[in-house]
Amino acid sequence: MSVTKPLPHDAAPLHVSGSARYVDDIPTPKGSLHLAFGLSPIAKGKINAMDLSAVKAADGVVMVMTAKDLPFANDVSPSIHDEPLLSDGTVHYIGQPVFMVVATSHLAARKAAHLGKIDYAEETPILTVEEALAADSRFENGPRIYAKGDADAAIAGAAHVIEGSFELGGQEHFYLEGQAALAVPNEGADMLVHSSTQHPTEIQHKVADALGVPMHAVRVETRRMGGGFGGKESQGNALAVACAVAARATGKACKMRYDRDDDMIITGKRHAFRIAYKAGFDENGHIQGVSFHHYAICGWAQDLSLPVADRAMLHSDNAYLLPNARIESHRLKTNTQSATAYRGFGGPQGMVGIERVMDHAAYELGLDPVELRRRNYYEPAHKVAEVEPTEKPLGHPDPHEDLTSRGAVDMGDAPVRPLPTGGNTTPYGMEVSDFELHGLTEALLKSSNYVARKAAIQKWNAENSVIKKGIAFSPVKFGISFTLTHLNQAGALVHVYQDGSVHLNHGGTEMGQGLFQKVAQVAASRFGIPLDMVKITATDTAKVPNTSATAASSGSDLNGMAVKAACDTIRDRIADYLAERHQADPSTVTFSDGHVSVGEERYTFAEAAALAYQGRISLSATGFYKTPKIEWDRIAGRGRPFFYFAYGASITEVAVDTLTGENRILRTDILHDAGASLNPALDIGQVEGGYVQGAGWLTTEELVWDGKGNLRTHAPSTYKIPACSDRPDIFNVALWDGENREDTIYRSKAVGEPPFMLGISAWLALSNAVAACGDGYPAMDAPTTAEEIWHGVQRVKGGT
Amino acid sequence: MKITFLLNGETVELADVDPTATLLDWLREDRGLTGTKEGCNEGDCGACTVMVTDEGGAKALNSCILFLPQLHGKAVRTVEGASGPNGEAHPVQQAMIDLHGSQCGFCTPGFVMSMVASHANGATDHDTQLAGNLCRCTGYAPIIRAAQAAEDQPVPVWVKDKPVTAQASPMLPGSSDELAKVYAKNPDATLVAGATDVGLWVTKQLRDLDPVIFLNRCEDLKQITITKDEARFGAMVDMNRMGEALADLHPSYAEMIRRYASVQVRHAATVGGNIANGSPIGDNPPALIALDATLHLRKGDVRRSLPLEEFFLDYGKQDRAPGEFVEAVSFPRQADRLKAYKLSKRFDQDISAVCGCFNITVTDGVVADARIAFGGMAGIPKRASNVEAALTGKPWTRETVQAAIPAFDSDFTPMTDMRASATYRLETAKAMLERYFLEDQGELTNVLEVSA
Repeated sequence: MSVTKPLPHDAAPLHVSGSARYVDDIPTPKGSLHLAFGLSPIAKGKINAMDLSAVKAADGVVMVMTAKDLPFANDVSPSIHDEPLLSDGTVHYIGQPVFMVVATSHLAARKAAHLGKIDYAEETPILTVEEALAADSRFENGPRIYAKGDADAAIAGAAHVIEGSFELGGQEHFYLEGQAALAVPNEGADMLVHSSTQHPTEIQHKVADALGVPMHAVRVETRRMGGGFGGKESQGNALAVACAVAARATGKACKMRYDRDDDMIITGKRHAFRIAYKAGFDENGHIQGVSFHHYAICGWAQDLSLPVADRAMLHSDNAYLLPNARIESHRLKTNTQSATAYRGFGGPQGMVGIERVMDHAAYELGLDPVELRRRNYYEPAHKVAEVEPTEKPLGHPDPHEDLTSRGAVDMGDAPVRPLPTGGNTTPYGMEVSDFELHGLTEALLKSSNYVARKAAIQKWNAENSVIKKGIAFSPVKFGISFTLTHLNQAGALVHVYQDGSVHLNHGGTEMGQGLFQKVAQVAASRFGIPLDMVKITATDTAKVPNTSATAASSGSDLNGMAVKAACDTIRDRIADYLAERHQADPSTVTFSDGHVSVGEERYTFAEAAALAYQGRISLSATGFYKTPKIEWDRIAGRGRPFFYFAYGASITEVAVDTLTGENRILRTDILHDAGASLNPALDIGQVEGGYVQGAGWLTTEELVWDGKGNLRTHAPSTYKIPACSDRPDIFNVALWDGENREDTIYRSKAVGEPPFMLGISAWLALSNAVAACGDGYPAMDAPTTAEEIWHGVQRVKGGT
Repeated sequence: MKITFLLNGETVELADVDPTATLLDWLREDRGLTGTKEGCNEGDCGACTVMVTDEGGAKALNSCILFLPQLHGKAVRTVEGASGPNGEAHPVQQAMIDLHGSQCGFCTPGFVMSMVASHANGATDHDTQLAGNLCRCTGYAPIIRAAQAAEDQPVPVWVKDKPVTAQASPMLPGSSDELAKVYAKNPDATLVAGATDVGLWVTKQLRDLDPVIFLNRCEDLKQITITKDEARFGAMVDMNRMGEALADLHPSYAEMIRRYASVQVRHAATVGGNIANGSPIGDNPPALIALDATLHLRKGDVRRSLPLEEFFLDYGKQDRAPGEFVEAVSFPRQADRLKAYKLSKRFDQDISAVCGCFNITVTDGVVADARIAFGGMAGIPKRASNVEAALTGKPWTRETVQAAIPAFDSDFTPMTDMRASATYRLETAKAMLERYFLEDQGELTNVLEVSA
């Protein structure tokens, strides 16, 4: 079978030869035009007057458009219509598109876009947590609160209480391919859009609204992205809509791609959080209660901020059974880029919160941080009584305005009704029945030689005054499913041709994660044919409709199952036909090794396909899948939002120069749970890459805005993602040998987001090294840049 | 301007070349060779890497900040030319496939071309060779595995390029004498050495530069002359050659150059350009000032020399007359006491928050001479004169160092920006003196030398 094989990425030969085609590589029709946005230079205010005459007069400019030139919806929001394509007369952050230039070249458009003379009435922007709270500038009326038991009482009665607050920075996606779209007008009112997007259906929907046509008049095609990481779930809307509107207005194909600096200035990033915590522990390090306050910086528009902030709350337990917990989440509206989806979707922020609590508690109690964590783990995996979902909505049906988007809508307040304490349940009342971390942790401690290395590090630190080492462990338990339940569905379209070759299409998009290869492996396995007989084709809204974003790690879970269903439909038809022909039982027909066997007869798959065709059997089928067992009420904070959890754990060792704070990751050991992996090579690729990206978020990747709301780190010269030498010197990555306890595609587990959070161990290891410089918990903010570490060293040394 | 070069083995002749058209735009838009990608358009991500062969050999370069005239007489190889004439995979391409070195694939052509170039040169210090190629998907581990797997494979014949003969062109002078003449005639011209800075004036600031004089064919400006008294570097010595030449003389300076920028940028960037642009955060000036360097300028046939530190007058202002250009920089041969400390958010391919260069001579336990210079601490590269004075003539002890540290406060009033706060800059400058002393006493202070 093709599944479980460590095959290379299907497009690898194209990647390495430069022939893999991205949006900007598609040959364009003669006379194609190029777009650029003119951007707001102020963070908040009103437009008094616009003089765009110099823009219009610039070389190569064909057309300049402002909001009043848009024929239909001026809206690129994935949630509540609060994000116009072009300013509606007010501006809300530095970088907001105010007008757009259509020109004969990319360079001409960029040059002209700088020539607008716009008079603004400037207002004082809201840029910080303090300013937003003072102005009560927020999404939703007030904080959202999830609770289990009585956290305050439990903390008050605990033997040890720890308390703190820290800043947790955002993160630029830095997909290597910037945002890009190309719109080609077709006959009638039809529009073909090539978009670098994780969500073709969302693009289709927004373009249709902007053109005033039904969705059937817009076809969106996405062959691949040069990286997405969540940054192309909603942030591609503006480019696609702009291109489509301009293409309609000019009758020419229109293309837009952001220059890197524009991309970083215009588009949203990971939400920055402030997290305040208070927790109580007993003498043995068992947590009694914990209280979190999340302050999420959401930026100027709502985008996907509500479900992001929800998911942060949903991961505030991480791997730990919290008998009493209270999580209060504030979604703050600021005059900065509208924060958006980013790998983990809030989960990482929530998880960092509880890992900080565990780290802080271990320090205060003088317990080994791994031991303290293990004492607080959920119970090991066990059978639970299956509860059938009610199929009727829980208390609060979700009134979505944008059906296929994750962007939730404010639903007003609900009284906080804490869930009862007790049980092996999360703070939102979900039974944790598939907990793998007891065995996984034990195995990782052994394979990484943790105990001996920890002792060696203590010895090193006693002998070295300048360079200190640190080591830390962190586990991951990440919930798999869209929390907006209805998005957990997928479709597929499979054709078998008369020569036995297979054409495969599904709603998922390829952004480098290897989804297409995994799904092709599923198809090849179902038909028992070699992988090279399966053709993987671009995602296309004309082939599979109403798709969900390729997000929430859901790609292979959902689309793999849909493809399996489509393949099985065709396979069953072939089996029925051949069985009838040979007077055999259809259930005895087998598909393997490129052959179809029925009774004594053995056909090649091509022969079987040809026979079925001649027998007038349909060799084309759709497939559909919806995730079972899930139901969720995001207002009450209860239900089963996740089908299952993915697990993993990592141990990182670092070295810190205490004179300057410069630091390095020396070694990382990871054991990650991908269930029964569909492709171990691709899964290990996700784990290695996710770890480095996660560690980057918490170390060198610092977003800096100045006092006026200008993003000062808007290029790779100033925003530093990990480079080659920043990966761990020693990097041992292995997959946990297990299978999904739920019935997923070949019992595999989603692997896109969970490994990102393995990077938390790097952050904790740095704290561990700094703690070796003196007395006191380092209490560092993230990202722990060299400067932040230097400050931490001063603090524990009792200095400044 | 008329230019000739080889593209994937075939001769290209272009007339009326826009002097600031980039190779990347030309490849993608005019030639339809879309394998080479634009990732950042400023030389920081490496997605646009191509291999350029000239008399100095095969080099990886960023095509996004490489102007077409800079290619005159050279051979360019893009990812489309990495595979053989019959589609045979280059060993690094095959290794990248087999070892899962690509995920989204967008950075991959750039990685492949960096690897093709380093493979051709037999380089195996992969972390350094690939420091200028960013990947957001893989975490780099499989890419390094691929680079290692290809090490022992022979270099395919089809990537062995040779430069071509090129006709002289006035704005592409072939010597410093020709440059002196043409620059005297066009004193308002922009001089382009490696275009690692000027390139961004075009791609990011969208400036129109005309006229432009390209210095890369001035062979005499590329000379390195090391005598028993002096080390002299022509203005057009690129940073890779500079690093190699310094490896024995002042290894700490050479190591700083390794981190100063990526291989691609170091192939293009020149010591003359790094000085002449007057940046307060260029890494060469503080090191050279600490070595007591002299700058050699020329205008027409008039030459003058001055201590390098006197060249930097104020932020953005240098002692250079219109039509005058940097010919060379030199410093006296001396026992190596130099340590160059580069502090940045990321070790590789990052601009310094602080670059501290210390050259402290100790005779019989007493500080005989101290030359200490910093980048990133003021509007210009600047000496720590008060610290030097506080050290000179004192015994080389921890007490002397501690006593000298407050002098930093009178030497520098650094600023806060996105790279670092003023406090951190000032305090780490002080810490660097402490580090210099501890390192001198044999203590381990370099985090890059530590392993698990």
